[in-house]
Amino acid sequence: MSSIIDQAFGIHARALALHGKRAETLATNMANADTPGYKARDIDFTAALKDAMQAGAPAMTRSNAAHIAPADASGGPQLMYRMPLQPSADGNTVDLQTEQGQFTENAIRHQASFTFLDGTIRNLMTAIKGE
Amino acid sequence: MSLFSIFDVAGSAMSAQTVRLNTTASNLANAESAAGSEAEVYRARRPVFAEFRDILDQSVAGVQVAGIAEDQTPAQQKYLPHHPLANEEGYVYMPNINVVEEMADMISASRSYQNNVEVVNTSKQMLLNLLRLGQ
Repeated sequence: MSSIIDQAFGIHARALALHGKRAETLATNMANADTPGYKARDIDFTAALKDAMQAGAPAMTRSNAAHIAPADASGGPQLMYRMPLQPSADGNTVDLQTEQGQFTENAIRHQASFTFLDGTIRNLMTAIKGE
Repeated sequence: MSLFSIFDVAGSAMSAQTVRLNTTASNLANAESAAGSEAEVYRARRPVFAEFRDILDQSVAGVQVAGIAEDQTPAQQKYLPHHPLANEEGYVYMPNINVVEEMADMISASRSYQNNVEVVNTSKQMLLNLLRLGQ
């Protein structure tokens, strides 16, 4: 997080990666729309992005065995179960319309992050070339 | 790259839905298949979907068909004494398949399939955009 390039890219590079991860989660939900007992999952995007931005900061260390380990030791964004709007009789909580909506929104946000990042790269290229 | 795994996830769902369509087709085709006894009669096939878990980290990575179950509802008996397959009492056994139910199941499978095609298309667009980054 120290290099000037990293600073220039800022939040968008990380947002782009998280949007990819979220798209995967939502796609898994939609794939399991007819699976009995499957519970829909999602990522709290804001919290995950916050975590990703603090990834370079010094992490909490466990100096004593009695200390509680941080929940997201794996480093990946935390998956959470979605509150079902209309739970079905077979225990499946995927609402296809919700998932579809979230997936589309995620794709647009991905596009937005991409556009910002693209603009930054263009600016940097202009600065390097000096044209 | 997580966007690439979406193709695997959606692909597994499409293949599972294809199995479902296949069983529906089989059920519809055999809706009128008569038999001489309860044991020989065609039983409706139903796919059982289950989560497919990644071997490495146990995260859900798609859907799989755990098996094809046979519907155990009793067959309908029809009194058709002139039917070549009729038993001594003149009954033939018809599979207990509700054609309307099968059609509804078929449409549901088709919609789910379309949904996954849409997911693949959107993901493809996202990846193609990423390839153009900075150009």
